[in-house]
Amino acid sequence: MKVNGSIIALVDKQSLLDFLEGNKYDIMKIAVERNGEIVPREAYRNVMLKDEDTLEIVSFVGGG
Amino acid sequence: MRLTVNGQKLELACQTAFQVRKQLGHPSDIVIVNGFQIEEDCPVTDSDHLTIIPKGSMPERKALEHMIMARHTPNIHKKLKKGKVAIAGLGGLGSNIAVMLARTGVGHLLLVDFDLVEPSNLNRQSYYISHLGLPKTVALKKQLEEINPFINLKTQQVRVKEDNVKELFSGYDIICEAFDRPEAKALLVNAALEQLPGIKIIAASGMAGYDSANLIKTVKPMKNLYICGDLENEAIAGRGLMAPRVQICAGHQANMVLRLLLEIEEV
Repeated sequence: MKVNGSIIALVDKQSLLDFLEGNKYDIMKIAVERNGEIVPREAYRNVMLKDEDTLEIVSFVGGG
Repeated sequence: MRLTVNGQKLELACQTAFQVRKQLGHPSDIVIVNGFQIEEDCPVTDSDHLTIIPKGSMPERKALEHMIMARHTPNIHKKLKKGKVAIAGLGGLGSNIAVMLARTGVGHLLLVDFDLVEPSNLNRQSYYISHLGLPKTVALKKQLEEINPFINLKTQQVRVKEDNVKELFSGYDIICEAFDRPEAKALLVNAALEQLPGIKIIAASGMAGYDSANLIKTVKPMKNLYICGDLENEAIAGRGLMAPRVQICAGHQANMVLRLLLEIEEV
């Protein structure tokens, strides 16, 4: 699977939510695009990741 | 020769810019040819745009807009004037973005913020002592009207939530995400990308402190999402928000707005 431009090995069958939580992403501060389409937050739990997926994950930090 | 002078198409016998000034103005007037202020006389050719500005007097309203825009390259202004840009959050980023876009002549701005101007805003936001206590929408609108009265301004004094994003921002070409809290940034970006297909979002992330200005950049991680900032330096206790980096980041956002309105999608 490709995440933010890097190839990573996908271990086990996991949902997008499992992956994000496992990699310490704060769900309330990110946006995720999967294969060019934005993934609604409420769908993270149901999206099952595949080897051929490309994810773009952006995390926002505070300040403005 | 057919020239555009102060916005009016004129048929003149003049061969040079200073001949035009001699005929229509005074020797002390500023002369701008196709967006460039000249110090030495130069030849003019058909369809050139000239602006002749007298110093120390208030021009008539009709000529004023042309004079305000005189330093822009001709034809750029026409495209920018059609632009519809929403600014979500009128703090350090949003207030400064709005000022820049107004100066540049972006024709339609929507200013969105629920909050009032308070003293801790003055270290980086485009407000004055006289604005304290006013809604930011009101205080910013007053400034923009003083900078460029020829643009269309709309304001919404509301908090942006998932269920009002579509209603607030439908019909705009671009949203500038200019909030402070990361949760608010993510909420707007997610909701806009989901609910408003085709709209471009220019967000900001990482501009606190006084780290190198050169670390602040514009990236395009997704189809319709641009992010400006160093992507790392968040505002925390011990690393506050300071005017220079916040304004540099706002400058990145405003410049990306101009590029998109001129149909350039690369960062």
